[in-house]
Amino acid sequence: MSNILSDRKYTNDHEWAKQAGTSIDIGITSYAVDQLGDITLVNLDVKEGDTVEAGKAFGTIESVKTLSDLFAPVAGKITRINKDLESKPELVNADCYAAWMVSIEPAAGSSIDGLLDSAAYEKLLASLDH
Amino acid sequence: MSEPVDQAALLRTPLHESHVAAGGRLVPFAGYELPVQYTGGVDEHRAVRTAAGLFDVCHMGELLLTGPTAGAVVNGLITNDASKLVDGQAIYTCACNEAGTILDDLIIYRHAPERWLVVCNASNRTKMSAHFAAAALSTQGCDFVDLSDDTALLAFQGPKAVAIASRLAGADAAALVALGSFRFRETTLAGVPVTAARTGYTGEDGLEIFCQNQDAKKIWDALLEAGRNDGAVPAGLGARDTLRLEARLSLYGNDIDETTNPIEAGLAWCVKLDKPAFLGKDALVAVKQAGPARKLVGFEVTGRGIARSGYPLCDANGAVIGRCTSGSPGPTVGKNIGLGYLPAAMAAIGTPFIVDCRGRQAAAVVVKTPFYKRS
Repeated sequence: MSNILSDRKYTNDHEWAKQAGTSIDIGITSYAVDQLGDITLVNLDVKEGDTVEAGKAFGTIESVKTLSDLFAPVAGKITRINKDLESKPELVNADCYAAWMVSIEPAAGSSIDGLLDSAAYEKLLASLDH
Repeated sequence: MSEPVDQAALLRTPLHESHVAAGGRLVPFAGYELPVQYTGGVDEHRAVRTAAGLFDVCHMGELLLTGPTAGAVVNGLITNDASKLVDGQAIYTCACNEAGTILDDLIIYRHAPERWLVVCNASNRTKMSAHFAAAALSTQGCDFVDLSDDTALLAFQGPKAVAIASRLAGADAAALVALGSFRFRETTLAGVPVTAARTGYTGEDGLEIFCQNQDAKKIWDALLEAGRNDGAVPAGLGARDTLRLEARLSLYGNDIDETTNPIEAGLAWCVKLDKPAFLGKDALVAVKQAGPARKLVGFEVTGRGIARSGYPLCDANGAVIGRCTSGSPGPTVGKNIGLGYLPAAMAAIGTPFIVDCRGRQAAAVVVKTPFYKRS
C-alpha cells in the first residue's frame, strides 16, 4: 500500500529526508499519513535560524484521531519552514512527499548517510505488516 | 502459527471477515478487534451526515430480564423512569452506584410488561451483567440472562438509513418508516428476523438492529447493497467518535465514569428524582440540592490547537481548573471541539479559558451544545 521513493532517505519514525542543495527537507511518509488519517494540524516549534538536535522533536502533526511528534533526523540549523502547512495541513494528505515541513542545514559531521535507504525502509514496513 | 498475545486475546465479532474484506483497519477496542476506519474517518463521518453509514456494534452488551418483577428490578437500578414506557419503547438512562456516580449509561427496551432488555457498553459488560444478575437473583419473579455473546447489533445511521433499510423489510416497510424515535419493533430485514430500534449514537436519524450472530453478515451485506446508490458505506469507530462528539453524546470512560455523577455531566434530564427509590437516589438528591461543583461543558478551541482527552483546562493565569474528557476536530461543524469539566462558576456559555495542549496554550470558549443538531 505504502509508496516509497528511492530519491530520499527514511527514519524508523516514518519520516523522509531529502537532500535539497546544502539543506535537507524533512517530511513524513505515506505509511505515517496512512496511520494518522485525516491531518488537521501541523505545529512547528521551531523558526528559521534555530538549531535542532538529532532525534529531538521539532513539532507535532495532528489528525482527527491522534497526534504524533515530528523528530529532527539530523542535527543542524533550520533554514526554512513550510508556512503553507499552517493553513493547509491537508497538503500532507494530498502529497506527503511534496509537503516538506522544515529544511535543515546539517551541522558539521552530520548527514543523512546513516538513515535508511528506500530498500531498508521497505523492509521495515514489511516487518510491521503482520 | 502463534499470533502476538494481545491480538490472540481479542474477541472478534460475527462481521470480522466483512471488515477485513472491506479494507477496515482493525484496532483493539473494549476487548474486541474492531475497525477504526475503512476509507477514512472524515469520509465516513460525512457519509453518515449526508447519506448512511453502517457500524458494527456487536461488542455492546445485551442483558435480558424477564418475569413479573423484571420491570421493577430494572427501574430500581437506573436513574431514568422506565415505568412510563410502553411495549416497543426504549429510553436512555444512567445506572448509578450508591454514591450517585455512574456505573454505566444504558438503553432500556421494554419488549413486554415482563420482558426488558438492557443494552450496556462493552467495556462495562462484565460489571453490568453481574450488577443486574445480582438484583434479579435477589428478587422473586425475575430471571436474568446475558445474551451478549449470541446477539449481534448493527447501527445503520444517517438521513437515508431508514428508507434504505425499509426496502429490505417487505410488507413491514411502511411500519419501519413510521417508527418513532426511541421506538422499536420486531420485523424482518432481508428475510431475517430482527429487532429494529429508532436509536443511535451519531446525532442522525437511523436504526439499531439486533439479530442473531449467524444472521449478522447477511443483514450487513444486504444493507450496504441496498444503499450502494444512495452512498451508504461501512463506518468505523473513528467516525462514530466524531459523530457522537458533535452531537454531545457522552462516551463512557471519557466523559462519564464512576468518578462523575449524571447531574454534573449534563444528564440531569435522565435523572428522575420524583420516582420511588433507585440506587444512588439519596446521593443524587444531595447533589441536586447543593448544586454541582463542576459541570461537563462543551467548548470550542478558538486558538490553534486540538483538545484531546486528558489535557488540562486552565484559567487565564495558567492555573489548572479542569480536564478535557473528549476532543477532536468536528468534521461537520468545521471547528476543533471538546468536552470537559469546569468549575460551575466557569461553565456559563461564552466563558473563555485555556487548553494546555502538551505545553501549547490554545484559547477556548464554552459554547452551547450539541455542537451539531440535525435539521
